[in-house]
Amino acid sequence: MGVTWDDLEEGATTEPLVVGPLTRTDFVRYQGASGDFNPIHHDEEYAKAAGFPTVFSVGMLQAGILATFATDWLGPENVRTYGFQFREQVWPGDTLTCQGAVSKRYEADGERRVDLELTCTKQDGGTAIKGNATFVVA
Amino acid sequence: MVDKSAVGLKDEPFEMVVEQGKVREFAIATKSSNPAYLDDPQPVSPPTFLVTSTFWTPASMRPGGSLFKKVNLDMRRVLDGGREFVFHGPPPRAGTKLIAQNRVEDIYEKEGKRGGTMTFVVTVQEFRDERGELVAEMRSTAIETGRPPKEDK
Repeated sequence: MGVTWDDLEEGATTEPLVVGPLTRTDFVRYQGASGDFNPIHHDEEYAKAAGFPTVFSVGMLQAGILATFATDWLGPENVRTYGFQFREQVWPGDTLTCQGAVSKRYEADGERRVDLELTCTKQDGGTAIKGNATFVVA
Repeated sequence: MVDKSAVGLKDEPFEMVVEQGKVREFAIATKSSNPAYLDDPQPVSPPTFLVTSTFWTPASMRPGGSLFKKVNLDMRRVLDGGREFVFHGPPPRAGTKLIAQNRVEDIYEKEGKRGGTMTFVVTVQEFRDERGELVAEMRSTAIETGRPPKEDK
């Protein structure tokens, strides 16, 4: 992807990935792709009956978008770990900003590796996903 | 109550094939336009792609997997504690036949900040290639709270 070992000192970043505003269609497309058909993400009546103002996004969708940010940066073949936790819910109309920085650069098992700290935030500043990843670097 | 003796239990293994069209569909759904997913005839799969093992899970293990029944989680009190994907090399490419198997890795307790004991249940879905080599792992943490979670508005 054109990124080299020398570019990836601790604290190194890249351009954020901005996605949105998200629509109900985005939720449904992910549900179809992933096989998670929980109606709370697409059925308005179901979501309201459960006490929510409307449907909300699948946590794994924003986790997948954050992964897209990371693999666009360091290459889909190079990912070795990707972990994350779900924080705030994501609603229709939200815009997501995915960012990351190198937290550690090291060599292990004969490979050059970087650890990343990753965040997916909403336009109101709330955190949707907090993640971390390890990539090998050519 | 969670049954701690469930640690080490395994589900029956099942087969999953990584398919090119599914990789493309999943990449597009997660807002990727990376040619490594969309144009390569044998693309690697995206980092969270292995959730699609649900399409390959035998009917007898659905919904939620038979392991969760054995662990005896109270699903009304369960929070999602996050996931971790581990790859022992590049993520599996389209055309790869995988054998997936669920196991209960760990069960432990912590005192919650607002009182009540939280029980953490860590399950792992392992993916092996046809030679039996471990290719990838999908680790999920479920948290059973001391009392039902309030709806998060």
